[in-house]
Parts: sequence; C-alpha cells; structure tokens
Amino acid sequence: MNNVFRAWKLGSVELKLYLREPSAFFFTLVFPLLLMLLFGSIWGNQPFPEQFFGYIDYSAAAFIGIVILTTGIMNLTVNIASYREKGILRRFMATPLTPVSFLMAEMGSILVITSMGVALLLLAGLVIFGMHFWGSPLEAAVAFLLGCGAMAGLGFIPASLAPSARSGAVIANIMYFPMLFLSGAALPQDILPDALRTVAEAFPLTHSIRLLRGIWLGGRLAEYPVEIAVLAGTLLAGAFFASRMFRWD
Amino acid sequence: MEDIVISAVDLRKSYGDTVALDGLDLSVHRGEVFGLVGPNGAGKTTTIDCIAGMRRPDSGSLSTLGLDPVGDSRELHTRVGLQQQESELPERMKVGESLRLFSSLFGVEEPGMGLLEKVGLGKKLDACFSDLSGGQKRRLFVALAMVHDPELVMLDELTSGLDPRGRRDLWSLVDGIRGSGRTVVLSTHYMDEAQKLCDRVAIVHGGRVVALDTPDALVREHCPGMRLILGCGQGFEPGDALEVEGVLGACMQGDTCVMDLRDAGVVVPVIQALSGAGASLGDLHTEVPTLEDVFMVVTGREYGETDE
Repeated sequence: MNNVFRAWKLGSVELKLYLREPSAFFFTLVFPLLLMLLFGSIWGNQPFPEQFFGYIDYSAAAFIGIVILTTGIMNLTVNIASYREKGILRRFMATPLTPVSFLMAEMGSILVITSMGVALLLLAGLVIFGMHFWGSPLEAAVAFLLGCGAMAGLGFIPASLAPSARSGAVIANIMYFPMLFLSGAALPQDILPDALRTVAEAFPLTHSIRLLRGIWLGGRLAEYPVEIAVLAGTLLAGAFFASRMFRWD
Repeated sequence: MEDIVISAVDLRKSYGDTVALDGLDLSVHRGEVFGLVGPNGAGKTTTIDCIAGMRRPDSGSLSTLGLDPVGDSRELHTRVGLQQQESELPERMKVGESLRLFSSLFGVEEPGMGLLEKVGLGKKLDACFSDLSGGQKRRLFVALAMVHDPELVMLDELTSGLDPRGRRDLWSLVDGIRGSGRTVVLSTHYMDEAQKLCDRVAIVHGGRVVALDTPDALVREHCPGMRLILGCGQGFEPGDALEVEGVLGACMQGDTCVMDLRDAGVVVPVIQALSGAGASLGDLHTEVPTLEDVFMVVTGREYGETDE
C-alpha cells in the first residue's frame, strides 16, 4: 500500500512537471493528429463499398496506436534515461522508493499525457470527419489501457538500463520504427508482404491496434483472447524485467 | 558497543582496474561529527556510498546503525539522510514541491516551513530547481536529507565548488545539526573545513584510512613542531636561541628571527632565555601546523595532488 501511495505522489508530481514543460511531449500529440488530418483529407470518411465504416472510422485505432507507441516507448524511456544521466535517480535511490513504484509513477503520468493525445484525436475525428464508434466505451477503455500497459512494459526494458537520454533514444528508436511501420500504425498492414506481416505478429502494437479496431467496429473483448494475453503478458514481462534489472545509476 | 553507529572493517571496492577502497577501516560514534578528508579520488565518496547502502563493497564487513547496508537498504534509507555529491532534481521541480514529495516518499508529515527556513530557502518555495544557485541547490539537498528526521546524516563534499560565503552558510548548518544529537559523517577535500567542523577526522588516502583521531590530536601526534616568528632588535643573536633545549633551528630574515620549535612547550623558555640575555624583542607570532601538514606527513606527498 505504501508503494502505491509513493507511486501516486511521485506520479502526480511528474505529471505536473510534464504539463509545466509541454514542449517535451507536444510533438508526440501533434504528429498523429497531423497524420489523421492529412490522410483524412485524402480519403475522407465515406463508408467503403459494401462496408458500414469509412477510412477514419477504420484508422482511428491506428492513430491511437501511434500515440500509445510514442509515449510508451519514446517519452518514457528518454525521460527515465535522462533522470539516470543527471543523477536524479540516485537521489530517489536514497529513499524507500522501489524501482517498481518508480516505474508505476512514470507509467501513470505518461498515461495521462497519452489520454490527452487520444482525446485530441477523438475530438478532431468527430468534429472534422464525423467519425463513428460502434463498440462499448468501457471495453474500448480497457483495450486502450491494455495497449498503454504493453507499450510501457516494452519501454521499461530500455528505461531500466539506458545510461543517458541519448542512448535511451537510440534503443527506443530501434523498437519504435519497426512497430510504427509494420504494426499497422503509420501504414496499413494490407500493403505489406506476408513475411513482414508474420514478423509484425511478434510486436505488441500489432495486437493493440487489432484489439482497439475490433472493439471500435463493434466487436467484444471476449473475441480477442490472444491479443489480450499478448498485451497483458508484455506488461508483466516488462515489469518483471524491470524489478530485476532496473539500475538507479 | 551501542554507541558505535558505523563500523567498517577491511572494506574493498574496485571499478574495473581502479581500486577505490583498499582495506578501509573505521568506526563512527553516535552523536559525533565525523570527517572523511583527502584529495579527490581518495575513496571518500565510495566509502559514503557503501555506508549508506548505495553501493555494495566487494569484500569486508560493514554495519550501519546495526544494519547490513545492502541487504537492509530500504530500512536503512528511512534512518539515514544522504546528501550526494553528484545529484540533481528535475529542472522544473519547485523547492516546496520537492520537499513535499520527499516527505511522502519517506512517509512522514510535511516538515513545513521550518526546515526550509533553517537552510535559508524560506523565500524560495516557488523557485524551480534549475533557477537555484549552486549553494542553494546544496542547501536544498541538505534539507531533503533531513525531512525524515534521520539518526545519521551523511554529507558528501558538502561545500566543494562554493564561494566562501556559501561555505560558511553550510558550516553553520552543520553546526545546527550537531546540536540536535544526530550523527554526522561528512567528506571534504578542504582540510580547514574538516578541522573546523569535525570532532574526529579520518584521513583517507589510496582507498584506506591512514590516520584517524581528533584534529588536534592528529596535529600533536604527526606535526608536533611549531614555528615561532619573533621581531628582534639590538643585542639579538640567533645562536642564543639555538642553545635552548627544543629549538631545532633559527635563522634571521631581515629584522625577524624564524625558529622551528619541537613543540608548543618550548615557547616560554625561548623567550625567557632571550630576554635574559638582554636582547630587545618585538612582535611575536606563531605558526601552528594544520591538518594539511598532517596529510603531508602521513602520506608523504604534497596536498592537492590528485590521488589517481
């Protein structure tokens, strides 16, 4: 309980620090929005032939996926690695804070930033393109949280070890770009060759986007046991890795 | 035994090929201000980090407040306050915010304004960390090390890089902590600082303690001699001084005579002998050795060379 309380206190301070310096995450939120505006202006949101949904309805999950990917892998890793580089983590090490509480705090504060990005997307989709949603809002929220958790779980791995912001950014990029292009986030997966699509099955983001899209278009969580297992497993594996390997300095 | 708060025996620690601790022994008593002095690279920070549970020594036995610093590090951190040499806070974190945050990390009530006022940051509550001066940052870290009212306060290179004013501010802060009955361990490469602040001092050199005692006792033991500088007029002969037991050397420098004495007890006999011989004497002052001289004697090297 104390660990949760500490994570809560630290997380709320971290969130304030983020909001005090919006330049750190501004691009994270604006990049997916720009993509939506660009492709939305090309394709519009008219229902596809013989389908009930249009381009924006279909791609909302992909844009949300980009936000989740960027905050979970990039922002989380670079922020923590820069704390390690500056000796801020050493200061926390001399308190009863545990690595897992620390990472919970970081994940929680980044979750709020991610939600802001998603809210921005939803607003633009609704107002500009008349986006539709056929699923259960509660189940969509669960799918969103699972995706955030899985991306943060992946981010925990470089975040636990990277000695500097620069090295953290390098490792984060190596994880970021394959997922951005192969998981159906920035590019539709149907244009990929089969081999690459098979590779992309190993990426948690692929499962996150498929789950979100399924719920978005009226599906139910119960129809996606594999996706849910992969996402929850990624979070648990990342947390387990961090609890063993996390370095304060 | 219960008044020993830190006991270290034969601590060893290497980083790759670099030996940081090479069989370091020391023990610290409850309530004292204990200084680790020596040049940069002597092993002071590694010693503090090991004692505070921030690093694991390669070998040796170590107990801090009766705990194993590595195995019981979380309990230890609730009872030790540590000010680290190389540490920072997020740039945009505010002073008051950091104090509240660290209070909740330690699970204690907010200490309120008293602590910040004590370290002279009472008016800086809403200042961002990055806007503080070097000395203010250092004082904030002392405050953060004290939020949970620790029994043992460890201050690593408290004043390095600060101007004289900043150093004096921190010295009075340490004097304030001393009065509160806590044990303080501080490291410094300023010998004058150690001499002024510390009840006992360990001189650290090449990863081990080469001398340990009160500053006065260290000086008496290793550098008992002193220098007497005497203005002199008519009828003075340096040879008269040399006849006095305990005068090791005497030479004239213009109108003054510089004499090396075996110890402080020789001053009075010298003056008596010289005035008895009819010499007229002028101003008198003495130069007493400092810890810096002790360092040179026990290590055989000039102080200030880095200890790499």
